[in-house]
Amino acid sequence: MELTGKERIWQEYQKEIAGDNYFYARSCIRQTFFPGSEWAYLDILRNKLDKRVTEDPKHTTCTGIGYHTDVVPAETTMTVVARHFALMTEAGCENITPSCITSFGLYTEILDTWEHHPEIEEKIREFLWKATKREFKKPANLAHTSDIIYKFRNEIAALAPHRLRDVHTGRPLRGVDHIGCHYAKMFPAKGIGGAEFPAVLSGLIQAWGGESVDYPERRHCCGFGFRNYLVMANRGFSVANSKKKFESMQAYEPDFIVANCPGCAMFLDKWQYTLSEMEGVTYGQHGFGIPVFTYEELTALVLGYDPWEIGLQMHQVAVEPFLDKIGIAYDPEAKYLNSRGESMGRPACPTYMKVIK
Amino acid sequence: MPTLWGYSISAARSIDYDKNDQSFLRRLAHSCPSSKLCIGCGGCTAACSAGNLTEFNIRQLQMLVKRGETRETAEQLHKCMLCGKCLLVCPRGVDTRKMILSMKRFLREHDQ
Amino acid sequence: MNIVIIGGGPAGSEAAYRLAGEGYTVDLVEKENSIGGNLNNWHQLFPDRKSAAGLVKELQQRLNHPGITLHIDAEAREIAESAPGKFAVKLSNKTVLHGSAVLLATGYKVFDAKRKEEYGYGIYKRVITSAELENLFTNRALATLYGEAPKRIGFIHCVGSRDEKICNYHCSKLCCVTAVKQAIEVREMLPEVEIFCFYMDMRMFGPGYEEMYREAQERYDIKFIRGRLSEAAENIHGQVVVKVEDTLVGKPLRMTLDLMVLMVGMEAADGSGKLAGSVQVPLYPNGFIRPADPHTGTNLTARPGIFTAGSCTSPMNLTDTLTDARSAAWQIKKWLTGSDKHA
Repeated sequence: MELTGKERIWQEYQKEIAGDNYFYARSCIRQTFFPGSEWAYLDILRNKLDKRVTEDPKHTTCTGIGYHTDVVPAETTMTVVARHFALMTEAGCENITPSCITSFGLYTEILDTWEHHPEIEEKIREFLWKATKREFKKPANLAHTSDIIYKFRNEIAALAPHRLRDVHTGRPLRGVDHIGCHYAKMFPAKGIGGAEFPAVLSGLIQAWGGESVDYPERRHCCGFGFRNYLVMANRGFSVANSKKKFESMQAYEPDFIVANCPGCAMFLDKWQYTLSEMEGVTYGQHGFGIPVFTYEELTALVLGYDPWEIGLQMHQVAVEPFLDKIGIAYDPEAKYLNSRGESMGRPACPTYMKVIK
Repeated sequence: MPTLWGYSISAARSIDYDKNDQSFLRRLAHSCPSSKLCIGCGGCTAACSAGNLTEFNIRQLQMLVKRGETRETAEQLHKCMLCGKCLLVCPRGVDTRKMILSMKRFLREHDQ
Repeated sequence: MNIVIIGGGPAGSEAAYRLAGEGYTVDLVEKENSIGGNLNNWHQLFPDRKSAAGLVKELQQRLNHPGITLHIDAEAREIAESAPGKFAVKLSNKTVLHGSAVLLATGYKVFDAKRKEEYGYGIYKRVITSAELENLFTNRALATLYGEAPKRIGFIHCVGSRDEKICNYHCSKLCCVTAVKQAIEVREMLPEVEIFCFYMDMRMFGPGYEEMYREAQERYDIKFIRGRLSEAAENIHGQVVVKVEDTLVGKPLRMTLDLMVLMVGMEAADGSGKLAGSVQVPLYPNGFIRPADPHTGTNLTARPGIFTAGSCTSPMNLTDTLTDARSAAWQIKKWLTGSDKHA
């Protein structure tokens, strides 16, 4: 592949990302399945990069899951999102940074809808006022939190004690990036690098010394697709999509997967277990799975955060082989201890996929 | 088929040309060269006696064979009554009778 | 009386020759350093496999006429009507040419395949354009392009044509027959290679074209799959993996190619719009120049004294381009002799 060709495309898809003063919108799924991720992100931004990030406990779901499963009507979703904008306005912020790709996609879609249909915006303002007596300004800048990390990737590299390299051999670690569909497929111009050759995560991998893997099914959906996994009978469709990706990336022997969408990170991690139980297959090296990280986790790891402090014990696929390669020290005994040092209990071992007990 | 998981992994619907056995399509091209002339107009299927009464679609089946997909052809081909109307219709002069008989022979050999 | 012809491709050259033959003096303006236009990038022409270089040579020889002045390396920048029925054409080299009529023969430009990002042109090593393939034919370089001869080649029709996503609604109409011709040429060079054409419709509009298509299928064993490429990817071996729907079978299909050839379409040349604009000649929404009437007013424009020839009005094959140029010469003569001063 010709890197210069990709760089040409990347230059066409750059966007304005605010440099400070962010209003943070949390993600339902990320908080639930990767409980250390959002804490790590906030800690990195506030304490490592010295940025001002504001959040508000009154912030709610954007209704994305309900919206995409046809349970919540569009007007309701828009009013809920308008309320998010109101919270941002009340906090004195004008830059909104959602943690979730679904929220990012929805915010982008709603702002675009209002731009083309001011009458809808007017209606939603009225709904919000009637329901909550709130008013709002539209955000001056909307960026996904992975965009923020991308913006500061070189600053992070300068602070990072670890590089994405095998400390034993010096080999750059091969990272598969997985971009949530609603990050750039709906509005390619709103994604760093566009939809075909996204750079938002591969840019992190490269800036931190790793090697980005561009494999045939790179653009393929992970299979999450709300309505597909919510109905149990449809999950075979969902898992088949992830399987297609794993089979396609396997030849490249990736050392890790990094995703910017919480749903994708969850499924790419959990489906590896499911596939191993259903079919006896594993996709990583030596019988392990391929470790999957959220971009916050990957950032925290290169910055030297403790793996258990950022919640990596919650992962289905064992992360230890990756930690060993990159040379991150960890206490195996502390993996399943809570913050008070008490045992949380240990999960049962999978039948086929190797884990570190 | 549901399992203890409540679902099973969906099989890919797409034609994976790289993995498909291409010996069948090569033999068809060799034994009935005119079959290569098909332009997919569907005249044969419109005229087909069997196709008007069943799911049988000779235009589609021979195209599947050309992509290395033989399963559906094996299931369907016996429905052809060899009436020869497709032969009269084909604007490209495909010898459809020969094509069908060739396919039948290969499938028979394949089974043995 | 003098006529200024802008564009030294086949249309401009042919018209210059015909008008000089009628006793007019002609200034022929060409922005490149030789005449022939896009024809210079072609190896052989359909349907008779004529040498493109041979045709350029023939066109060039005919320009050796005392009535024709050739201005190469000169780009026409602007047209102005200096007096009623008198036109001044400013060139990039500061020369100003004067004529009683101006013929726009600005031709077309080949679609920039990089704009179809999902096809990976300029990124994947084994993706080339149809124009580049012609060059490989000329240099006999296809078999050794990637060290060893490719085993499977795919031609992708309609790249830059019939595609709202890149703002081209129009059909470039020549790419189908070009793909058939190129596939046959590939077969002659590489008897063992498997060749596929991925098309949306086969538009075999010219004499001998459909017959050539038929021959490509039966004699040259070229396979045609009806379906538009959704995306291409590069695999670990550097090959190209393509995804299409085989629409006649009704199933998605994927396959690996050793070489993917993009049949790039035709777009209006950059110069057409600028020059037409300077004399208020209207364009079609796709940028090609709009004739005075699509049936009875071809070669004429809304502006009396400004004429067109060749593919500056629409994608056109060489047969039609040369015919159109001769027709334009006749229209210009009619205008200058005063027998048809159209309003």
